[in-house]
Amino acid sequence: MKVETKSRIVVFSLSLLVWILITTVFSIPSLVAGIIMALITAIFAGEMLIVTERKFHLKRVWYTIEYLFKFTWELIKANFNVAYIVIHPLLPIKPGIVKVKTKLKRDSALTMLANSITLTPGTLTVDIDVDNQILYVHWIYVKFTDIEQTTKDIGGRFEKLLEEIFE
Amino acid sequence: MPDLAINQIIGYVIICIGVIFDLFGVLGLVRLPDVYNRLQAATKSVTFGSAGILFGVFVYSGFTAMGFKAILAAIFILLTSPVSAHAIAKAAHKAGIKLTDKTVIDLYQEDKELQK
Repeated sequence: MKVETKSRIVVFSLSLLVWILITTVFSIPSLVAGIIMALITAIFAGEMLIVTERKFHLKRVWYTIEYLFKFTWELIKANFNVAYIVIHPLLPIKPGIVKVKTKLKRDSALTMLANSITLTPGTLTVDIDVDNQILYVHWIYVKFTDIEQTTKDIGGRFEKLLEEIFE
Repeated sequence: MPDLAINQIIGYVIICIGVIFDLFGVLGLVRLPDVYNRLQAATKSVTFGSAGILFGVFVYSGFTAMGFKAILAAIFILLTSPVSAHAIAKAAHKAGIKLTDKTVIDLYQEDKELQK
């Protein structure tokens, strides 16, 4: 099967599922409307979700679950970090924009890495330089400015897992 | 006090925690000095705070129409809030909004000047 067709089918099923979950009405007219809307979505934007052919690995599912757990843990830490900074009377911040190098190449992997960095403690992705594989990260408390150390400290938390999942 | 099922009590507790973290986010918006730092507070508290509130609604109402909608909204918030924060930060930097005086380093600006 062509990659594009596969992608369209996945988009169609996903949009139909979201429609059913949102409406939660199991009548014929509602379902027909949902199918029409899902078809329109699949025709216009269907080819963008899956771009390359990849084999299914059970290992990848395991890594995804591990990633989700790690991500949630970092998210909770990030929230307590913000709470600590905001409540502290002296406002302990030392902000700056640093560079982080990454090994990831795929767009999907880079997007997920940037999003993960934004949601983890003290960091916010400002821009990505795709050609040089560099992320510009705003750090609320700069510990080091050297690119090697920032890469290890900020990018290293998720890079390995994302590499296994997406590359 | 009205009779509450156990899941409703847990739901209320989660909603309260979410509201508290949203409050921290709002405090951050007021107290932190510049756009980038404020975005940090806003994105982080929104994910745990607002998504937490929605998750609390899901626990409260169970597998009903309201619960499914709340869970979907939480997923959309988790996916879109970092992207919008990234867009705002990049736009702010492009528009030339200065970082606060406390800033120690801005490699992004240096690289931009190198490219010129």
